Amino acid sequence: MATVWFCFLALMVTMYVVLDGFDLGVGTLHLFLAKTEEERGETTAAIGPVWNGNEVWLIASGGVLFLAFPTAYAGALSGLYFGLILVLWLLVGRGLALELRHQIDNPLWRTACDAVFALSSAGLALVFGVALGNVVRGVPLGPDGYFHLPLFQILNWYALLIGVFGLTVLAGHGANFLAFRGTGALAERARKLAPRAAVMNALLFLALIGPTYAVRDEMLTNLTDHPWRLVFPALAVGSLIAMLVYQRAGEWLRAFFASGLFIIGLLATMAAGLYPNILPANDNRPFGLTVHNAASGHHALVMAAIWWPLGMVLAGVYFVFAYRMFFRTQTKPSVDAL
Amino acid sequence: MERHDDLPCLAVSSHVTVDRLQFTLTVTFHYLFPILTMGLALMIAWLKTVSFLGREDHRFPLWRKTEAEREQYENAARFWAKIFAVNFAVGVVTGIPLEFQFGTNWAKFSNYAGGVIGQTLAMEGVFAFFAESVFLGVFLAGRGRVSPVVHWVSAIFMFVGSWLSGFFIIATNAWMQHPVAYSGVGDKVQLDSLWGLLTNPWVGWQYAHNMSGAAITGSFVLAAMGAFYLLIGRHTEFAKISIRVGVVAALIFCVLQIFPTGDRAAHNTAHLQPSKFAAMEGMFTTEKGAPLVIIGNPNTEQRTLDSTIALPHFLSLLTSRRWNERLVGLDQIPTNRWPDSVPLVYYAYHIMVGLGTILVAIAGLAVLLLWRGKLYESKAMLWALMLAFPFTYIANIAGWTTAEAGRQPWVIWGLLRTSDAASPASSVPAGTGIFTLLGFAGLYLFVGILFLMLIARIVAKGPDAEGMPTTSTAAAAAT
Repeated sequence: MATVWFCFLALMVTMYVVLDGFDLGVGTLHLFLAKTEEERGETTAAIGPVWNGNEVWLIASGGVLFLAFPTAYAGALSGLYFGLILVLWLLVGRGLALELRHQIDNPLWRTACDAVFALSSAGLALVFGVALGNVVRGVPLGPDGYFHLPLFQILNWYALLIGVFGLTVLAGHGANFLAFRGTGALAERARKLAPRAAVMNALLFLALIGPTYAVRDEMLTNLTDHPWRLVFPALAVGSLIAMLVYQRAGEWLRAFFASGLFIIGLLATMAAGLYPNILPANDNRPFGLTVHNAASGHHALVMAAIWWPLGMVLAGVYFVFAYRMFFRTQTKPSVDAL
Repeated sequence: MERHDDLPCLAVSSHVTVDRLQFTLTVTFHYLFPILTMGLALMIAWLKTVSFLGREDHRFPLWRKTEAEREQYENAARFWAKIFAVNFAVGVVTGIPLEFQFGTNWAKFSNYAGGVIGQTLAMEGVFAFFAESVFLGVFLAGRGRVSPVVHWVSAIFMFVGSWLSGFFIIATNAWMQHPVAYSGVGDKVQLDSLWGLLTNPWVGWQYAHNMSGAAITGSFVLAAMGAFYLLIGRHTEFAKISIRVGVVAALIFCVLQIFPTGDRAAHNTAHLQPSKFAAMEGMFTTEKGAPLVIIGNPNTEQRTLDSTIALPHFLSLLTSRRWNERLVGLDQIPTNRWPDSVPLVYYAYHIMVGLGTILVAIAGLAVLLLWRGKLYESKAMLWALMLAFPFTYIANIAGWTTAEAGRQPWVIWGLLRTSDAASPASSVPAGTGIFTLLGFAGLYLFVGILFLMLIARIVAKGPDAEGMPTTSTAAAAAT
């Protein structure tokens, strides 16, 4: 049962990164790609109706981690305290900048909102990568299931490397999104940037194999010991190639979907490399948290396995409905929406 | 007052105190917004329903509306949706930190109880938030793009989503007040029955009392806006609908707030949490035929109530329906099980009850004037309605302060002490907590000022403003 919940958790986190990923990416590129007020209105309007729903996947992922693996939730969040609080502050700033930007028609106000939106989006992409990097690397867990990482040790070289990778992957995802959603000069710039980001991501992906093996060889041996798990890195590589092909062909919607698959492949590779660990300990400490010693009781997991899929089906229906409604036509910001 | 040794909660150098202050700040500031979200969601759903279902030949008199009236209801719903959108946005961004603070600042609590309350918190995300966020988008941006039926349904779903969200949070809190359906396994608790968790005998009345409190704020805000526009003589048609719907709803929910929901919630407290109940009522001594204290000043050094005005025997009568019932006072309870601030619990409770009494009087008088056809001209009443709404917020927050400060020294009643629930000092030292506490305080001060400024702009432009730009959720409309 705990294994099933590990898969559900991986699914939630992946959904979050794929969905909120493109609006974080759009935010990261906001100041570079959208130059005029009209273009900036267009980028924010393109993600306006969906970003909040996308972010709910983060809250739901946190809920699932709390529900299924409370020990890992407690250990990871208290140990990475500064990183987490930084995420919370960035989320507050980003949400407000995005939602309140349209409230006041004043160039100074909009510039301020644009800057907060762009910096917090890039910051979030980076910090999420850093957090995942620390999980992969392992943390100094003690026998009581807690650890302490001061800020500068949260920002270790490996985690920062993963953070940069996270930033470029999401920026690429956002560029692919704008390449098919945007219009005019905005779309032109996005279409120029997207293939470059893809090449960059391919290089970083290859470059990260060595360091990952160095910090935790299990990440790779876990895959080679169970060869079927190699389908995940294969998916990542395959969709990266597909993305480049579609980008060259100018099929931007397909390139965007390939970009989504690339992220799914990356995160599934990470999950497959970690399993059965959920929060590993570093330096060969014997106190790592696995899906077994961190899980909730049997009744809790079984009951939740009944209601959770039901909720997911409902959420899926809402999302398909909302995305169909908003993405039927090209987006133009409109002031008399209400 | 003698203190329990393992309650070093008072020093600000203690990490537990810092964690408590931070959670108090973030949860109190956050809750200011959901109060209105939940209250206004109900009001908007009502306005939308009248505008959608109203027909001149309707058999139900409240929905018998002419075309022109329906148009006005639709306009009112549109205006309130603007306020709702800004309020909702601030509620969402201040709400996200709460879910993660269980892990960052209350790791031992999460570890201990996650097997039980993880259920309701995850259910909130899965069942309430997805519906709420998606249908808010449809409601705000969908006018004219979706059919009237879908638009009406999205207003209903917004209401259902926000009230469902409230339910899961109350179910979580109810378990902390009155833990049920669990068993201790090792050094943690695990869930025995999900059904038992959701049907906790504490949930029903607490939920009804809380939601009625939110509806009171929603209705008083409606009435206050109407009173404001009537007093300055602008947008009078809109103002009359708002004030009419507002005062009628205010009276209904003020009455429900006192009876049965408040009465039953107090009954649960008296029976299951005698120390909280004694602190609320300022009962330092056990008494037969206990008096109901209207005014009094608790003196914890002397363990007496100073300067009291009280109704003899009334507390026993209200609690048990018997004149001479014996009620347990704080003298029967070991001090290490007292709430760590008896006066805070006492004053919070008395502020809530006092304001509730004033609010029910205002609402009652306003409905009387409405019925006599004099409400729109009565300057004094309009002033009272315009100024009353902030007190509904105070009453709501005071009620929660009673519930939560009164639950101390437990974080989970009888199971886990607050001092044992915070993240270990080795992971999150007090200094770290103070830094983030200051950060949250600064950030929220800024957010609060911004919120007031934006609402003031919406109010200044008024309901007739065409093409008013609003949140980007709404601004994205395809042509």
